[in-house]
Amino acid sequence: MEFVILIITAILIKNILLAEYLGNCPFIGTSKKMSTAIGMGMAVIFTVALASVFTWAIQKYALNPLDLGYLQTIVFILVIAALVQLVEFFLKKSVPPLYKALGIFLPLITTNCAVLGIAVLNIRRDYNFLEMLVFSIAASAGFSLALILMTGIRERYETTHIPRALQGTAISLITAGLMAMAFLGFAGVDTALNALK
Amino acid sequence: MATLTQEFTKGLWKEIPPFRLVLGICAALAVTKSMLDGFGMGVALIFVLVCSNVIISMLRNVIPKKVRLACYIVVIATFVVIVELITQAYVYSLYEALGIFIPLIVVNCIILGRAEAFASKKPVLRSLLDGLGIGVGYMLALVVLGGFREVLGRGTLLAGSQYVVHLFGPAFKPFAFMVEAPGAFICLGLMLGIMNILGD
Repeated sequence: MEFVILIITAILIKNILLAEYLGNCPFIGTSKKMSTAIGMGMAVIFTVALASVFTWAIQKYALNPLDLGYLQTIVFILVIAALVQLVEFFLKKSVPPLYKALGIFLPLITTNCAVLGIAVLNIRRDYNFLEMLVFSIAASAGFSLALILMTGIRERYETTHIPRALQGTAISLITAGLMAMAFLGFAGVDTALNALK
Repeated sequence: MATLTQEFTKGLWKEIPPFRLVLGICAALAVTKSMLDGFGMGVALIFVLVCSNVIISMLRNVIPKKVRLACYIVVIATFVVIVELITQAYVYSLYEALGIFIPLIVVNCIILGRAEAFASKKPVLRSLLDGLGIGVGYMLALVVLGGFREVLGRGTLLAGSQYVVHLFGPAFKPFAFMVEAPGAFICLGLMLGIMNILGD
């Protein structure tokens, strides 16, 4: 039950994009075409899960025992950058179809703040291994959900009349605001589930 | 070639982030719950941007092309850690308010963007002025956005400092939506629209 609440909170109530403000640059940048959005979403879930496991292990077994907590930011970003590069090489050599689908998004992910953000949140919220894994996958699934919903809406804008000043990023941000408002409707679901326990 | 003053002033209007250069949106949305938080984030970003621009510009002939992004990230991350430790030690309230968004300055695309597009090609003084201009522009944008959201969302200005002003008297019911996430997105969207009209 605790994991159900954790998953629902991460995907719907505290959506990483719409409530925690993480990963907005790719959210605006890659939400023009559905195929791009799905590719980006999958690439993010994969990288976030992998990066979270590595950064969590490094924090617990290297930084904490050696009292090097202040190096967290530098170490995490380097681990993420190296990991993204490794994943890229690995996919290119051994799973070419997957590389073709995700390849162009991988370099972009290094500077996606959702990846570093989730890695840091795992540590700040003091999750154990299982909670960390569940939260990372759920939060990045929430990212993909919001990205895909947004793309669905933006594809329709192609055929509608939008005031000239609001075209492009401006209308996307306002749409994201309305989506965030809709997602506010999930607030309180976690308390209800807690009461059920 | 642009004059030195132009390198500075372009960041204040012509290329002001996050409006003209649509970069660094996450931080602009997250930390503008109040004017003071926006200002604090702006100052932190100016420090990191100016220092990293200067160092990267100094090293521009030494850094090998193939690993340049990794080198930039190490330089930027070093200054972010400095900011993190200084705010934690001397301005703890700001450290609490900005939370996770201080370490996330590392992946703020403005900084890496300026390193790649400007500092890696131009001499030190120009890079310094460019970083200062873009940084001040970003800070002004955050202050305006934070001020707007704070006035409507809480009815105050400069909350959290000793100069706090209550604008509408005790009967005011704050429009709490504005300090929540949806208000952030909609305000930034509308401000972009206004900038587009003014720019034309």
